[in-house]
Amino acid sequence: MSVLVDISHRLGDFAIDARFESAGRLTALFGPSGSGKTTLINMIAGLIRPDKGCIEIDGRVLVDTGAGIFVPRHKRRIGMVFQDARLFPHMSVMSNLRYGRWFTPAAERYADMDSVVELLGIGPLLGRRPAKLSGGEKQRVAIGRALLASPRLLLMDEPLASLDEARKAEILPYIERLRDETKIPIVYVSHSVAEVARLASDVVMLAQGKVTASGPTEAVMQRLDLLPAEERGEGGAVLDTKVLRHDETFGMTVLGSAAGEIRVPRLAMKPGAPVRIRIRARDVMIATEKPTGLSALNILPGTIVAISPGEGATVEIGIDCNGATVLARITEQSRQVLKLRLGGKVFAVVKTVSFDRANTGAGLPLEVDG
Amino acid sequence: MNWLLDLTPDEWNAVRLSIKVATVAMLASLPPGVAIALLLARGQFWGKTLLNGLVHLPLVLPPVVTGYLLLLTFGKRGPAGAFLAEHFGIVFSFRWTGASLACGVMGFPLMVRAIRLSIEAVDRKMEAAAGTLGANPAWVFSTITLPLILPGLIAGAILSFAKAMGEFGATITFVSNIPGETQTLPSAIYTFTQVPGGDEGALRLTLISIVISMAALVASEVLARRVGRRMDIE
Repeated sequence: MSVLVDISHRLGDFAIDARFESAGRLTALFGPSGSGKTTLINMIAGLIRPDKGCIEIDGRVLVDTGAGIFVPRHKRRIGMVFQDARLFPHMSVMSNLRYGRWFTPAAERYADMDSVVELLGIGPLLGRRPAKLSGGEKQRVAIGRALLASPRLLLMDEPLASLDEARKAEILPYIERLRDETKIPIVYVSHSVAEVARLASDVVMLAQGKVTASGPTEAVMQRLDLLPAEERGEGGAVLDTKVLRHDETFGMTVLGSAAGEIRVPRLAMKPGAPVRIRIRARDVMIATEKPTGLSALNILPGTIVAISPGEGATVEIGIDCNGATVLARITEQSRQVLKLRLGGKVFAVVKTVSFDRANTGAGLPLEVDG
Repeated sequence: MNWLLDLTPDEWNAVRLSIKVATVAMLASLPPGVAIALLLARGQFWGKTLLNGLVHLPLVLPPVVTGYLLLLTFGKRGPAGAFLAEHFGIVFSFRWTGASLACGVMGFPLMVRAIRLSIEAVDRKMEAAAGTLGANPAWVFSTITLPLILPGLIAGAILSFAKAMGEFGATITFVSNIPGETQTLPSAIYTFTQVPGGDEGALRLTLISIVISMAALVASEVLARRVGRRMDIE
């Protein structure tokens, strides 16, 4: 499965000139509002016709302006989940879900009603009208409706942006299940570091209509300098870890990662379950010798592999901890006092309490303690 | 009360004819009404203002003028009238079909206005969403657009029906006032007022007119409310 987009397009004063290719399970188009990500996804869906360029899904050409090819939206078999759900108000939830089925050739229908309803937990809603659903419920039904058309690719345009934190936490696990349990590739538009770090296998970073970086999430998210200004504080290393054990005495969970053991507040997950965590750069301290008499529980030895100027009086330090890179944001003053330089041996210090729901995906209702 | 229900055969004819003429006028105007409303609401083409003006012309012209224009075009020797009579056997002049045509034309601007407003209120994003689910434009129109504009469609149809029930000037100019063929309620009332001792008949038909028009209004109200409830528009 691969998505190839190479287009240029003008919308008044705004120009998009973007090229990317991704074969990930869930590719995030990530950037601040106005960076062109929604325009790009609308082009993939066939809602906007690009001025110039081509779009290919799995080698199937959907758009090639040079050859005069433009496959209309209803022939693309690309599902789309909109930020505002867009359920049909004159139909019940059930009819909304069935809508796309009609138009899918029988031989290509792979989604079945029962498993989609179960996957999204929307069984109790089937007889209702869209107007009687909460924002989170609407969004789940919208995802189900797109899935039941058996699309080749699922596009999600900031599906969580108009929801409050509680509703977001309600939907996120369903999107994770979608990513892990169905075979359908997803392209996901977002401006939130937390969402992207948690969901994406690959990231395409956009700014002012241009692709600034693309690749696997762990690699792209290292580029703190590319993050939108309002999200910079959320930036940090993304690590894939596993639950090793729970420490019931103190209510903590011990995660195993390449960098070593990391203690986080108790997660409701079974030992062995994969957990992706994000260690915010601003939450990481640096020590030149192994600290003692310190309350922080996570002390990871490593080597400095990158030093780059951050915003204002800060510098961003990349520390290689046994293959996993941890990022730290400290002041230039501290760097000089500690005489930090490339290749120096240091310890990255992270407080357990700096991990919360937003960067560990903790407390999800779907996984039960073992 | 007896004198009210004791209608002469001619009076019954007028009542039946009026309902028939108005119903046919309304039903026949619906398809072109929706098409023109769609064109005006969404089309981007040269001459849109002209088309809009043309549609509204019957609203601003004296009805007699509209009737006379119909006579010139759809009369026996008019270009459209001769063509239709020759190729399709449809004759308008001095027939009840002509009365329907006149009524339909007079009610057309009202119908188009109502439908156009409801089309402009449709959230086009819904149609885009249906497109991504695999529906081609014709399906999108029949499963999304049409149900969403149903209240406007009903309102437009009732307006057209009510207008047809009351149409007088264009009808009498185009197809005259022939009892049993083109004499609708207003023409019959007019005839009664022109003869001595016709007051009673005129009053009877006037009351019947009021009852039919009120019934149509109430029916549209009920229908629109039921559609609205079905859609749960809050």
